[in-house]
Amino acid sequence: MTAIAAPVSRSSELFASFVRSRIALAALVLLCAIVLAAVFSPVISPQNPYNLAELDIMDSKMPPGTKSADGRTFVLGTDEQGRDMLSAILYGLRISLGVGVISTVIALTLGLIIGLAAGYAGGWVDALIMRIVDLQLSFPSILIALVLLAVLGQGVDKIVIALVFVQWAYYARTVRSSALVEKRKEYVDAAVCLAYGPWRILYRHILPNCLPPLIVVATVQVAHAIALEATLSFLGLGMPITSPSLGLLIANGYAHLLSGKYWMSFFPGVALLATIVAINLVGDHLRDVLNPRLQT
Amino acid sequence: MILYVVRRLAQSALVLFVMSALVFAGVYAIGNPVDILINPQADQAEIERATAALGLDQPLPLQYWNFLAGAFAGELGRSFASNVSALDLILQRMPATVELALTAMVIAILLGLPLGLWAGLKPDTAAAKTIMAGSILGFSLPTFWVGLMLIMVFSVWLGWLPPTGRGETVPLFGIEVSFLTWDGLRHLFMPALNLALFKLALLIRLTRAGTREAMVQDYVRFARAKGVSETRIVRVHVLKNILIPIVTVIGLEFGSVIAFAIVTETIFAWPGMGKLLIDSINVLDRPVIVAYLLVIVVLFVMINLVVDLLYTALDPRVRLQAART
Repeated sequence: MTAIAAPVSRSSELFASFVRSRIALAALVLLCAIVLAAVFSPVISPQNPYNLAELDIMDSKMPPGTKSADGRTFVLGTDEQGRDMLSAILYGLRISLGVGVISTVIALTLGLIIGLAAGYAGGWVDALIMRIVDLQLSFPSILIALVLLAVLGQGVDKIVIALVFVQWAYYARTVRSSALVEKRKEYVDAAVCLAYGPWRILYRHILPNCLPPLIVVATVQVAHAIALEATLSFLGLGMPITSPSLGLLIANGYAHLLSGKYWMSFFPGVALLATIVAINLVGDHLRDVLNPRLQT
Repeated sequence: MILYVVRRLAQSALVLFVMSALVFAGVYAIGNPVDILINPQADQAEIERATAALGLDQPLPLQYWNFLAGAFAGELGRSFASNVSALDLILQRMPATVELALTAMVIAILLGLPLGLWAGLKPDTAAAKTIMAGSILGFSLPTFWVGLMLIMVFSVWLGWLPPTGRGETVPLFGIEVSFLTWDGLRHLFMPALNLALFKLALLIRLTRAGTREAMVQDYVRFARAKGVSETRIVRVHVLKNILIPIVTVIGLEFGSVIAFAIVTETIFAWPGMGKLLIDSINVLDRPVIVAYLLVIVVLFVMINLVVDLLYTALDPRVRLQAART
């Protein structure tokens, strides 16, 4: 009974804590709105920005708020091909969020398995894995991702691989340190006394208790992944031209920045910033709530 | 102490060795090294000649040995694009990057320490809250986008600062620097500020957290009881204690500033080695990429070593611990 009741009260507690903090609630609402906008971008966008039949070259490089020849208003202006910036941003958001979330989930799974193995096995396995983690974390993620992409080449799959590669070490380290703590707790001894196998103890007992800190790291890492993807795309090493993420939109707008056409890179950047700020604030709040040291 | 230094040096040498093996494996073993190191327009006879000349018909361990020997002699191949030694190309661009990174660090420290101290000493004031909100924003802002916005505001709208390039340089001890001329300073300001932003946010948070922790310590209470003025408590007692972790972070972050300079240099067309790397990746000039990687690995290992040794020198507790083990 208690096993079923506990998670319910925990999640309602979590919800209540969001309602209590106004900033966290605002961030959560903003984040939900962004995710919904990204998911439903084909439905809510004024036009399909990559359907060439819907574009009119006469509408190119229009400032925000201009009316087109056929009476539509471009709220955020248009790019050099007459593409509505608002639509392009909504589609770009979808790609940026998608790449960020997918790479984080893969890296999380990988880091979880490796970290658990290191923490539970101990000995030379642990030492070897942690040396690799330390070595990787001593280099900035942007450098590692750049080098990987320079070797692998361009493509959506390549950028996901690069993002997974730079992230897994964070999760491995987080999981390992909580696995080390959990391993020494009494419930693990009890499970050992009940003659449960090591796999069952690892996945049914230790793993669920390692998850809260991991969730916190993962939320913040999604923001990192999105920012890193945008940076790499801006440098021309990330997403291919067929999958225009926010970073790529900003890079395209850069060419027109010096002639004063700011909207092509300004608004995609605002969308990127709003996404990252919302994720960071929600992540900060989750950390405060889930941190056992701060719980009374 | 000497034992500690020796052991730390050995450790650095080991990391260097491992990283050189990784770079070797990454560039030479994966994919055909002939494609990587020889001009793609070469014909069959030329490729065979080059394979033999590069020693690629030899067993892999021997190749690695040759690669290492070459690296020690400063021979890392010639750039495809400009046909000069790749290492020379990197070293020639290095001063610009180092100047940019150092200026960014100075900006971050000069602004970050006082702001962080202020936020830590008076945490409930509106000013402190504004500073902290600003630092969260500094963490979240994508660096490259901020760079673009700086160009938009200061170059396009206001017309105060030049958007790209390094400006006029003058030699200082044989190295060309920008910060001694007015034109150079004008070029340096925006990229340095852009690069400093993230570190500034980090330093504010670190200093604030350290200050808040130090202010409730017994030595502060004792100094107060003794009648020491509040300014002296902050300047002498608090600052001294929070500086140790901050110095470490500043040291360690210097490496990441050099790495992030890749982005800033690309935006502002700053002629450093980061821009060289991006240009080389775009034209697949692989010898230059390899040379950049090796240079940056050496730089990182050296920074880590210096920070560790500085840490030991600054904090007697670490020194004692190291001596005991």
